[in-house]
Amino acid sequence: MLREFTKGFIKENPVFVMALGLCPTLAVTSSVVNAIGMGLAATFVLVFSNIIISLIKDFIPTKIRIPAYIVVIASFVTIVDMVMHAYLPAIHKSLGLFIPLIVVNCIILGRAEAFASKNNVLKSILDGFGMGFGFTFALVVIGGIREVLGAGQFLGMNVMWTSYKPMLVAILAPGAFIVMGLLMGLMNLKKKK
Amino acid sequence: MNYFTQIFALAIAAIFVQNFVLMKFLGLCPYIGVSKKLDSALGMGMAVIFVMTMASVFTWLIQTYLLIPFRLEYLQTIAFILTIASLVQLVEMIIQKTAPALYKSLGVFLPLITTNCAVLGVAILNVQSEYNFIGAILNGLFAGVGFTLVLVMMAGVRERLDKAEVPPAMKGMPIAMIIAGGMALAFLGFAGLKF
Repeated sequence: MLREFTKGFIKENPVFVMALGLCPTLAVTSSVVNAIGMGLAATFVLVFSNIIISLIKDFIPTKIRIPAYIVVIASFVTIVDMVMHAYLPAIHKSLGLFIPLIVVNCIILGRAEAFASKNNVLKSILDGFGMGFGFTFALVVIGGIREVLGAGQFLGMNVMWTSYKPMLVAILAPGAFIVMGLLMGLMNLKKKK
Repeated sequence: MNYFTQIFALAIAAIFVQNFVLMKFLGLCPYIGVSKKLDSALGMGMAVIFVMTMASVFTWLIQTYLLIPFRLEYLQTIAFILTIASLVQLVEMIIQKTAPALYKSLGVFLPLITTNCAVLGVAILNVQSEYNFIGAILNGLFAGVGFTLVLVMMAGVRERLDKAEVPPAMKGMPIAMIIAGGMALAFLGFAGLKF
């Protein structure tokens, strides 16, 4: 049972291993705070859509299951969007477009189709949390590297020596692609051994 | 500013300065996934241009004449994703009936487009930037062109990359990411371009 939870971190990590949800991964990781915000928002949607879908899986005709899943997911995304707008306006603003875009994040639809539609509620909840935290973990790793290199900070605190000149490129768009590419290469190298 | 200059400025902004893939990180899945061969990249690009333009038309109409008058803006996400999903389905059926040859070349890409975040992205951005009807259509069209441009460029690079010596751990996705980084660096050069 516990395996459903832990598999999301390393073995089936949605970002590093399965390369799902690349758009938000690269777009919001210019700082660790954004990464955590995005990760938790996606986790919330993932857990609740997994619950609902595993509960109603027997009532949905197979032919229209994808649109049905999308409606469920979109409802929870709307909830997250409004809650964050009300209580975390700063993070909501910096994540911007990518909150409504959680709807088309392939991780969530992927888990609905591959896991929640075949398993019971309890397992689906654990799977949702595991995958969600795995996603958050990946975002924080990438966000951490980019923030440290690009701004000399971690969670807004200075961590590099005083004469360190930030590599601005790391928090700009190209840095996201390059850091991601190198991390994926590193994962491959580890897998080969 | 006359009309033509306005359109030109919009085109430059959507294709180069604010390129959807390299600057806004939208539509990365097809960008990495469908860029292995030049002709499939071109097919995907054409399908995306078409769907993005159509999606801009319909989502603008829905936003202006349905969601705003009835004060239903909070349903935007749900309404837009359903519109796009049914639009893609409709386009697929129409093309299949009327132009079987085109369907053969575009067919496999169409279902993939529903979950392409660039399409939903352009619909939401059109609303956020408060474009008028023509502006929204042109923005959708040019954003699609920008997507196709970098997709085809990437496919060209990756076809040659097959024959290059890449360290085994970097083969496939990792090296594609690094190349995308290089391209994004080049596109940063367009930043600040204004008319």
